Amino acid sequence: MSLSLSTRDPRRIRDKVAVNIALVLVAAGFVIPLVWLLLAAFDAKAGVAVSWPHPWTFDNFDAILTMDTTYRPMLNGVILCGGGTLVTVLASVLAAYPLSRYQFRAKRPFLLTILFATGLPITAIMVPVYGLFVQVNLIDTFTGTILFMATTALPISIWLTKNFMDGVPIELEQAAWTDGASTMQGLRSVVLPLMWPGLAVVTIYTFIGLWGNFFVPFVLLASNDRLPASVSIYTFFGQYGQIVYGQLAAYSLLYSLPAVLLYLVLSRRLGGAFSFGGAVKG
Amino acid sequence: MTVSATQPGATERWRRGLIQGMPLGPAVVLLGVFLAGPILYCLYAAFTDMALTGGTGAHFVGLDNFRKAFESPEFRQSLVYTLVFTLLSAIIGQNVLGMVLALLMRSSTAWIRATVSAIVIGAWVMPEVVAGYLWTAFLGDDGSLNHLLGMVHLPPQDWLFSVPILAVSLANIWRGTAFSMLVYSAALSEVPKEIEESATVDGAGTVQRLWSVTLPMIRRSITTNLMLITLQTLSVFGLIWTMTRGGPSNHSTTLPLFAYQQAFQLSQLGYGTALALVLLAIGAVFSLVYLRALRLEDGR
Repeated sequence: MSLSLSTRDPRRIRDKVAVNIALVLVAAGFVIPLVWLLLAAFDAKAGVAVSWPHPWTFDNFDAILTMDTTYRPMLNGVILCGGGTLVTVLASVLAAYPLSRYQFRAKRPFLLTILFATGLPITAIMVPVYGLFVQVNLIDTFTGTILFMATTALPISIWLTKNFMDGVPIELEQAAWTDGASTMQGLRSVVLPLMWPGLAVVTIYTFIGLWGNFFVPFVLLASNDRLPASVSIYTFFGQYGQIVYGQLAAYSLLYSLPAVLLYLVLSRRLGGAFSFGGAVKG
Repeated sequence: MTVSATQPGATERWRRGLIQGMPLGPAVVLLGVFLAGPILYCLYAAFTDMALTGGTGAHFVGLDNFRKAFESPEFRQSLVYTLVFTLLSAIIGQNVLGMVLALLMRSSTAWIRATVSAIVIGAWVMPEVVAGYLWTAFLGDDGSLNHLLGMVHLPPQDWLFSVPILAVSLANIWRGTAFSMLVYSAALSEVPKEIEESATVDGAGTVQRLWSVTLPMIRRSITTNLMLITLQTLSVFGLIWTMTRGGPSNHSTTLPLFAYQQAFQLSQLGYGTALALVLLAIGAVFSLVYLRALRLEDGR
């Protein structure tokens, strides 16, 4: 590091202060909507502007913590998104393996199709999917919705998994094969343990994506007692002429919590490893 | 990384290819049934006068749906809004802001960096619908933004009413910037410090160094990121729907919303799917442009 300039250089210090100020300003812009959410949730008389609750109260939470408003939609969300994530991750790991390890003629077109499908506007295919689900009696079922949600998450998930798997050197597997392991054993006992930070990224990304998805369950599920949290927040609005902002904020807070917590847990365990760097290099 | 064995025969090679490709099965079946199937159905329905109600069956109408679309001012307007929304919120907003944040974070104090990235990522982790409501509140008549403007004696206005497309674009920047920031942070962390420092020693200014050394080194990440966020933004539905429902008087109706309105609310399945096809085509065009850029890189 003989080339590095002294950090005590006054120009350096001035630059650093300027950089920090710029960052704080941007962050201030980002944080205001979040602050509103936090404050309004504890303010029984919350409006749309940020204001300090007086008094702080749990009234909003008391009002919404009922079976119909909160508990059942949350549970439905966990079933739908948990199931969807499981299917997605399993199918992606399996699919990523040949894509990462073998050369075959259809590989490049397949990968390009996958990449294009990541951006596929799901709205565009909801109409035919609705028709298909009615035909085969999957409409308003968890199974059908889980499978479809898993499929919507599959392209990006395969893409990311494949790129993470590329980072695991094939030599390690070849050693396992020499020891008599089959391909799938090699995948399970050599590749997966080495790419678990990548897998965690895929899992969390998938779950957060599905947890936030409201359009798919909104179209595919009909019964009130099957709707997940993402949709019932929407019906929440329709039911009341006058919007009770405090309750909406409290509900939004609870609904956002699983995604936030899951992100925190994983990002802490991963340390700095939460990076799309390897995944988005193309 | 081909695992080659000793010159197998044609059938043997075919058999081995089948076994090797087998793990693709579940993904291919899911994608085939739930993604490719509906798209093919789309291709068919777009050329018919299929409707949700009526039950007269679908008749082949050729290009009528597309002709109707391109002759309709509402469609052309939604096309413009889609492009404005994508340009403003993804290509300019998320992309530039994400890059700026990633660059600034490299030379900032550790705890400030941690706090700022936590906040930006917090916005990204929020579910789409919640983000929509947060911004509806923030931009509302009596919302925080107008209070802030009042403090500096600027006239308040109902942002969702006067400039709805800008309002939803801002919300989308807020929500999506973290993705670009994470991508660019990761890419920048792989740029060797020595190269940038030697550029500094050679007398390059900060901007010059950034433009001619740092950015070219991460250009593949930039292209890939641009493609991903463009495609994501083209298909944004929930955010706009919760904030404005496409209004007032369709002034924030992007193509996904327009297609939804036509197909589900006005029951014109054929027309709606034709619109959806146009949206797919736009995504394909953007993808081709970016992929071409990536391929040019490969050829170097």
